[in-house]
Amino acid sequence: MKSTIKRLDYQVICGIVGSGSKVLDLGCGNGDLLQLLAEQQGAKAQGVEVNNEAIHACVEKGLSVFHSDIDSGLPYYPDQSFDYVILNQSLQEAKKVEAVISEALRVGAKVIVGFPNFAHLEARIRMFLGGRAPIASSLPYEWYSTPNLRFLSIKDFKSFCRTKGYKILSAYFLDSQGQVRVLPNLFAQNAIFVITK
Amino acid sequence: MGRIVEMNKDSGVTETRYFTFAEAEGFKLESGRVLGPITLAYETYGRLNADKANAILVMHAFSGNAHVAGPATGDQDPAWWDFMVGPGKALDTDKYFVICINVIGGCKGSTGPSSISPKTGKPYGIDFPLITIKDMVRTQKVLIDHLGIKKLHGVIGGSMGGMLALQWVACYPDTVECVIPIAATLKHSPQQIAFNEVGRQAIMADPAWKGGNYYGGPVPEKGLAVARMVGHITFMSNDSMEKKFSRRLKDDTQGFKFSADFEVEGYLQYRGMSFVKRFDANTYLYITKAMDFFDLSDSKWIPEDGLPGTRFLVIAFKSDWLYPSVQSQEMVKQLQMRRVDATYCETDSTYGHDTFLIESEAEKQSHLIKHFLAKRK
Repeated sequence: MKSTIKRLDYQVICGIVGSGSKVLDLGCGNGDLLQLLAEQQGAKAQGVEVNNEAIHACVEKGLSVFHSDIDSGLPYYPDQSFDYVILNQSLQEAKKVEAVISEALRVGAKVIVGFPNFAHLEARIRMFLGGRAPIASSLPYEWYSTPNLRFLSIKDFKSFCRTKGYKILSAYFLDSQGQVRVLPNLFAQNAIFVITK
Repeated sequence: MGRIVEMNKDSGVTETRYFTFAEAEGFKLESGRVLGPITLAYETYGRLNADKANAILVMHAFSGNAHVAGPATGDQDPAWWDFMVGPGKALDTDKYFVICINVIGGCKGSTGPSSISPKTGKPYGIDFPLITIKDMVRTQKVLIDHLGIKKLHGVIGGSMGGMLALQWVACYPDTVECVIPIAATLKHSPQQIAFNEVGRQAIMADPAWKGGNYYGGPVPEKGLAVARMVGHITFMSNDSMEKKFSRRLKDDTQGFKFSADFEVEGYLQYRGMSFVKRFDANTYLYITKAMDFFDLSDSKWIPEDGLPGTRFLVIAFKSDWLYPSVQSQEMVKQLQMRRVDATYCETDSTYGHDTFLIESEAEKQSHLIKHFLAKRK
């Protein structure tokens, strides 16, 4: 189930990133997405990752990766060094969300943000009927062990972009099967936005 | 650049070879002084392939030498990086031609203060010119040229070896693909200079030092041993010392006689005294000064348009307080500013600065290095 979602969001991101683009993936994990972008789109791809084992996995794939958390990983990249900066499933773990996005938009022309939709139906049911913090396929963690520090919905992110004056260039809403076209804030498990300044 | 004294015949053997150059005209050092002839002791492992594109230059640390791997023969010290260099290892000698050269100023076969000056027929002592990290690299380049290698696949080294690797790129940016500085820095901090100065003062305070002219008589072993003891403390971490010694007492402690009561004292004394047997006190002075003066922190060494065709793997150790990881991060940030391809990894290890030499910690480093060195598609 989870891998299906992952594959879907990877496919969407692969479709967004044009061939030969320069890409920085913040919170790149074991580098699967970067490898896909390098192989399928010929992207010049590099990552920032905090986990030691994940860095080893990236190096094994021949990727360049900088060992850091995403909250402090960017100050020395020059302005507009990348065509795309990716924050896929990592923004909700950031401590300084505003700074991370603002830095991402400084070093990259466009920022791709992918996050689990906290207002998904499954989550709402568990919250309203069960009276419990949501656990869903895209939010699979118990409240006491979740790496997620931020819980946001699609509406929340749109409103954030409006407040900050960021332009939403495109948005993709996903459930486990594919794209969601109706009432995404209710039915989408994952959202992917492409934003710019 | 001078006559070839000994040719590199067979790349499979690990005996130390000697290359002598600058016999007639000398070699101009960064200080302006001219030195010659210069001999470099070196070893090679594996085979240089037909297009001479598989060479990796290993740079040794402060007290290292050319004998990186393999059994020690003759008067060689035990190999210092045996777990890293060999068939199937990170620096795979089935694939790569590995070269290691004792630095100029050293005392392991290369020309240094203990070598005989052709002018006086006596050891140079402190008449030996001051040398720099750049001089070490420029002289190594003469040998690499002599071996017919135009482009290195990699330069790699820990501590001073990492500084030498950086200096290599600074001097010859188009001559290397993979650069791997481990537990290194762009410049010594005042703390690092301070520890070196304590070592130097210990040597020079020993009456046997005699202004550097001790050759042929008793060597300043007390001073050199103390210098090495200080060094060893800085190479370890509080955790690793706790694990290794705790407050355990030696078996033969005599109690309140200022003898070595604690195991840690006995260990340091042992390391100090065994160092004296294999290292020259004047070389200690010269090489520590070279490290202290090394400074690439202004980022001018990276060309404006970056270093296309060169990629970096920078490794630091969390428990290293002598060369703290922030120094490696500074290095990577400089590279990022110039859009140079760089990977940075800070490894968890409790062994402090010495981690890169410790076999039990080899696995993580080896994994990173092996995969990084592999050709990219």
